[in-house]
Amino acid sequence: MKIKNLASGIGDFLDDRPRLKRYLPQALTLFFIVFVLGYFTFNAQVNMGNRGIVFGFGFLQQEASFDIQFSLIDYDGSYSYGRAYLVGLLNTILVSVVGIFFATILGVIIGISRLSPNYLISKFAEIYVEIFRNIPLLLQIFFWYFAALRALPLPKEAINFFDISYLTVKGWFIPKFIWTNFSFLLSSILLAIVGIFLTYNYAKRKQEATGQRIPAFFISLGLLIALPFLGVFLGNVGLSFEYPTLIQQTTTIYNFKGGVGIIPELIALALALSLYTATFIAECVRAGIMGVGKGQKEAAASIGLTPGQTLRLVVMPQALRIIIPPTTNQYLNLTKNSSLAAAIAYPDLVLVFAGTAMMQTGRAIEIVSITMLTYLTLSILISMFMNWYNKKIAIKEK
Amino acid sequence: MIGNLTFLKPRRDKLNTYIFLGATFFTLGIFDLISNSFFDKNITFFLPEILSFFTPLLFGFIGLHLIRIEYSGNKNLDIINKNININWFNGILTLLVIFVLIKGMPTLLNWAFFDANFSGTSKEECTGSGACWVFINVWFERLMYGLYPNDEIWRINVAFISLFLIVGAAFFVSPKNKKYVIIFLLFIFPFILISLLSGGNFGLNKVPTNEWGGLALTFIISIFAILFCFPVGMLLALGRRSSAPVIRYSSIGFIEFWRGVPLITVLFMASVMFPMFLPDGTFLDKLIRVIIAITLFEAAYMAEVIRGGLQALPRGQYDAGKSLGMNYWKLHLLVILPQALKLIIPGIANTFLALVKDTPLILVVGLLELVGMIDMAKTNPKWLGFAAEGYVFAGLVFWIICYAMSRYSQNLEQKYKTDR
Repeated sequence: MKIKNLASGIGDFLDDRPRLKRYLPQALTLFFIVFVLGYFTFNAQVNMGNRGIVFGFGFLQQEASFDIQFSLIDYDGSYSYGRAYLVGLLNTILVSVVGIFFATILGVIIGISRLSPNYLISKFAEIYVEIFRNIPLLLQIFFWYFAALRALPLPKEAINFFDISYLTVKGWFIPKFIWTNFSFLLSSILLAIVGIFLTYNYAKRKQEATGQRIPAFFISLGLLIALPFLGVFLGNVGLSFEYPTLIQQTTTIYNFKGGVGIIPELIALALALSLYTATFIAECVRAGIMGVGKGQKEAAASIGLTPGQTLRLVVMPQALRIIIPPTTNQYLNLTKNSSLAAAIAYPDLVLVFAGTAMMQTGRAIEIVSITMLTYLTLSILISMFMNWYNKKIAIKEK
Repeated sequence: MIGNLTFLKPRRDKLNTYIFLGATFFTLGIFDLISNSFFDKNITFFLPEILSFFTPLLFGFIGLHLIRIEYSGNKNLDIINKNININWFNGILTLLVIFVLIKGMPTLLNWAFFDANFSGTSKEECTGSGACWVFINVWFERLMYGLYPNDEIWRINVAFISLFLIVGAAFFVSPKNKKYVIIFLLFIFPFILISLLSGGNFGLNKVPTNEWGGLALTFIISIFAILFCFPVGMLLALGRRSSAPVIRYSSIGFIEFWRGVPLITVLFMASVMFPMFLPDGTFLDKLIRVIIAITLFEAAYMAEVIRGGLQALPRGQYDAGKSLGMNYWKLHLLVILPQALKLIIPGIANTFLALVKDTPLILVVGLLELVGMIDMAKTNPKWLGFAAEGYVFAGLVFWIICYAMSRYSQNLEQKYKTDR
């Protein structure tokens, strides 16, 4: 009773003073935040002082002296911790991009399959979604890595794809492309893309002005085939392959040399990430297509659009608006989930930097904050790009 | 009779002939496939190998093509055509699904059941070529209870059985008493649970948290994190919609920070960085640190879900509440939140599901719940090479938990659905 009286007393007191009522909670919040941060900083300083650590990022220039199994740029133990950070970051980006690519393809296929009029197909897609969505991602990564990929044969009995590519327990070896005069081909492809862009622009303006339609699709298909061909012939572009070959390292140990070796960690991680995220993307796609009203399709049919045109011009542009925001979220989740790589020793940012580098330097605060800031930046970059894209395709109200 | 049939476009007037022919081809295809994959007999052995592999598909395709007759007047045929056989593309898809199912099923069933060994005590008793469920059998106690001392396991059993009993009771008691059961369950029972498990009082031996593990730890972390992340998320959501700039921006910053970083780095922070922030000599148990980390992490996601619900409510609800003279807390607790929460049951369930699925991650900081225990068991020198069985088992356990949760949330959603 007394507490209630006190509470209502304070309430009445504040009700009479609106400005105090407005600023008091804010001041308390601010005080609380400053207090907690200050307390933590103070303790951290004392603790680091006791252990003789000086806060700073100078260690990034020191020699890392540990090796990384898989790297997209030149790296060995003599490079600095900063370089090791970069290697880890690139590996994270690599697995995220690969994962996003396959998850999108699979997710769209599964999402459309769930809406298929074919009972078996939609059931199949539903079972897939329900199974892979409800099992923890870490478990799936472990399964692919420790159970499925470990069952692959040793290099000597590798699964052979037409003598150019080999799948073994040590990874997947594929031929390496060696181009000569690659810049000619690249510039011709770029030229073709510019040409296609201009064609579509011209076709659109022409149609808006005169109503005349230009077969822009076939023109661009032609451009895309003809220009690179011209580039190859004129620029004398050559392509040769470096095939992986089996070599004997000791009497019993064989391995592949040459070509490009994709390590099993990368395969397991990319596989698990795409299978898992695809289920969520499939649900976004399904919701998006279902979100377009039936009336839209009927209206499109009644003005004489073919089913293909209806899908391309009426349904998809509207469905994309519903699909893109949640799908962006899934891309973000995939990027963040790629940090589970640390559990199977794929050398991503967390394993290389927050694992090995932290063990060696003991700089917990600096390294964990750099890692977190990196992920924050990646997240913000992706969401900024998607927000921009989202705004671009949003309905332009008049 | 055959002369009048056009095979390219089946017609209605010769319906029965077409059905007969189609069914024959289809059955032939299925029969070939089944004899091939179940009995190892290839009835088309005289054909080249690749052709022989695809004959069932070819037969099935011809069969489905012959029975694809629109508005045939035969009800069953129409249902079949409408569902699995609309056009040639759909027919092929149907066949592929059946093909994959029949080709893949025997291998899977043989591995999991027919060639598997179930009982025994050592690796040597796994004589079959299939799965070795003996592995799970032998390690079952460890997978469920972790490294908890054998003599004390009854405490975990008592704790969880009483939890299930009380939850069950909450469904059956009269609505008047239900309130008290739920209050007991939310505010008093967790502390009983924790003191029973950790011991050190009431004459119970103390069990340090690093001996906890297995599925029990999964449940403990999930229960506490779910319990705490909900109110924190609610406060953050209200904070984010507050008109006071300091509160709003600090909530936004807090939410976006946690949502922007992966859980694994948060756990690293809790285990290696957080002790640096505490005064020298103070020690916070690792399990508690991990639960706090998971709670804050999921609370940020919860806040966004709740904010979605708050935004979906029409302004009129706020105005109506205010016009009745309600203050901020009364307005939100009695008018806004009950309606908003009802709208976002799927979102809340998704966040809880994500939380449960995130718990295995704690193995990176050295706490071993179900997945961690399997990791430990499969590296035991006596039991090398049973990773697949372990992960399939853990996957099944998690799948059951998550699927049950999502089903329950769908029920709740239906129950509280009101037309607006």
